[in-house]
Amino acid sequence: MRPDLEIIQQWIEPDSRVLDLGCGDGSLLHYLNLQKNVSSIGLEIDADNIRQCIDNGVNVIEQNMDAGLDNFQTDSFDTVLLTQTLQALSNPRRLIEEMLRIGKKGIVTFPNFGNWKCRLYLASKGRMPVSRFMSHQWYDTPNIHFCTVRDFDDLCRDMAISVLARTVVDSQHQGSWAERAWPNLLGEIAIYHISRG
Amino acid sequence: MPQSDIMSRQFPKQSVGLVSPQLFHFDEELKLRSGKVLKGFDLMVESYGQLNAQKSNAVLICHALSGDHHAAGYHSHKDKKPGWWESCIGPGKPIDTDRFFVVSLNNLGGCAGSTGPASINPQTGTYYGPDFPVVTVRDWVNSQVLLMKRLEISCWAAVVGGSLGGMQVLRWAISHAQSLQHAVCIAAAPKLSAQNIAFNEVARHSIISDPNFHAGRYLEEGVAPKQGLMLARMVGHITYLSDNAMRSKFGKTVEDFEAPGSNFGRDLRSGKLSYGFNVDFQVESYLHYQGERFSENFDANTYLLMTKALDYFDPSVDYGGDLSKAFSESDCKFLLMSFSTDWRFPPERSRELVNDLLKAGREVTYLEIDADEGHDAFLLPIPRYLEGLGAYMNQVFQKDCSNAA
Repeated sequence: MRPDLEIIQQWIEPDSRVLDLGCGDGSLLHYLNLQKNVSSIGLEIDADNIRQCIDNGVNVIEQNMDAGLDNFQTDSFDTVLLTQTLQALSNPRRLIEEMLRIGKKGIVTFPNFGNWKCRLYLASKGRMPVSRFMSHQWYDTPNIHFCTVRDFDDLCRDMAISVLARTVVDSQHQGSWAERAWPNLLGEIAIYHISRG
Repeated sequence: MPQSDIMSRQFPKQSVGLVSPQLFHFDEELKLRSGKVLKGFDLMVESYGQLNAQKSNAVLICHALSGDHHAAGYHSHKDKKPGWWESCIGPGKPIDTDRFFVVSLNNLGGCAGSTGPASINPQTGTYYGPDFPVVTVRDWVNSQVLLMKRLEISCWAAVVGGSLGGMQVLRWAISHAQSLQHAVCIAAAPKLSAQNIAFNEVARHSIISDPNFHAGRYLEEGVAPKQGLMLARMVGHITYLSDNAMRSKFGKTVEDFEAPGSNFGRDLRSGKLSYGFNVDFQVESYLHYQGERFSENFDANTYLLMTKALDYFDPSVDYGGDLSKAFSESDCKFLLMSFSTDWRFPPERSRELVNDLLKAGREVTYLEIDADEGHDAFLLPIPRYLEGLGAYMNQVFQKDCSNAA
């Protein structure tokens, strides 16, 4: 399992209801179904991923969340997940609003553009950062809304969202004391546990 | 073909091969939605594969408007065409007959062996004809419940159907949730749109206005309203295909399509326009052919009944119009699928169902398959469709039909 998913699963209550927005191949939900006995549904648009979800025994709905989540009832889930998808959405703010309407709590993870490597890349080369971790060129990237840890903190404040927990990890998904001290500088992936304020 | 060739003919490897239907008689009274009672009836049934010792691997197939019990395989060595769902049912296919015991029946009111308008009414000694009661999806499912009991099956691993068959699946999930583990509903809708009903009404009107219809008593007269039935089928057929499907079928020269020498370029049937009211275009001759063939094999009264069953389907009526409430007890799992160019029951209609299932807190998987073939797609071997259905049925087997089950 991806180490960021390892962190996330600690925040999921047993027997709760979980909605995963952009659930990929369904490996996290598969794990949560087995280990936490959750009842879960994933949203996905990639055909191969959907097929994998079915093979994983994960309930998956083919739906583009950029077109809205009106079909999900208010308070119908305990936790709504959004892992590594925020930056690819056309309207991230609206989606976070929707997450916290549908679920009591939300978990968001995203690549931190404030990481020192990004800053150094841009400062020294004068080009949009490309790395193993963010491997697309600016013109063909699905990632259209990059943000930093500080940006996301601001958005939460703006939207009166409570941050229940915040963790940053590096590309090996290891957290250290230094990352806790300077998350926006050292963290590569940000992981937020949030709820309505 | 010489006789010896016919006898030695090999069926495709992934086919159930030679099958024969079986007639089940039921003495039970079936109280119908209309208030009428059917005192005893027959159901024509086919099955493929073996029922396991735990009787946990049974799958019920529900047919659509013009389908019947013959879903897979061949009835004789001379059969040119296999059953209507050969693409999905067979050894190694999505509904794998090496794993599942698959049951398929001709619904009540049908014309392929089950009691219907072309059967003899024991009370009058002549054909039921127009006296055969209007049956609904609910009535069909109630008769399928009697069949399930006769087969000594207490719970289906899955009930599966497309189009009108998918509506029967929904009725199973709503009224008999304890009797199925999985509901697989393909290219269906929560109820018909006004446009759907309008097309059905054109079909019905073309049948009843045929001079050979004789108020439905044509069999007694020794005739059949073939023209009307043909027209009904032609209209229906248009709604089963997408614009794209027609374009690719009739919009280009297809040399190996039928007889050599026919000119199919620019849709023309015979190379030049007739400047009369003859059949000029290939699509016209296709519709004529489909309609004619259908009118020779199908009973007009059955067609009327089937379209009415479609029109009347709306499980939300018992729940104040809120379909999500209808699913409140449906604790089976759901798989829904739709096809992008289906304009008879388009993806939006399946999404309505998905949303009501979500609202009811149900476990649902939904796939929207990109396919050019329109509503007909659910009968065709479209790779992503077959893979998705196969992957889902594999889970059904692994989780609910293994020895532990």
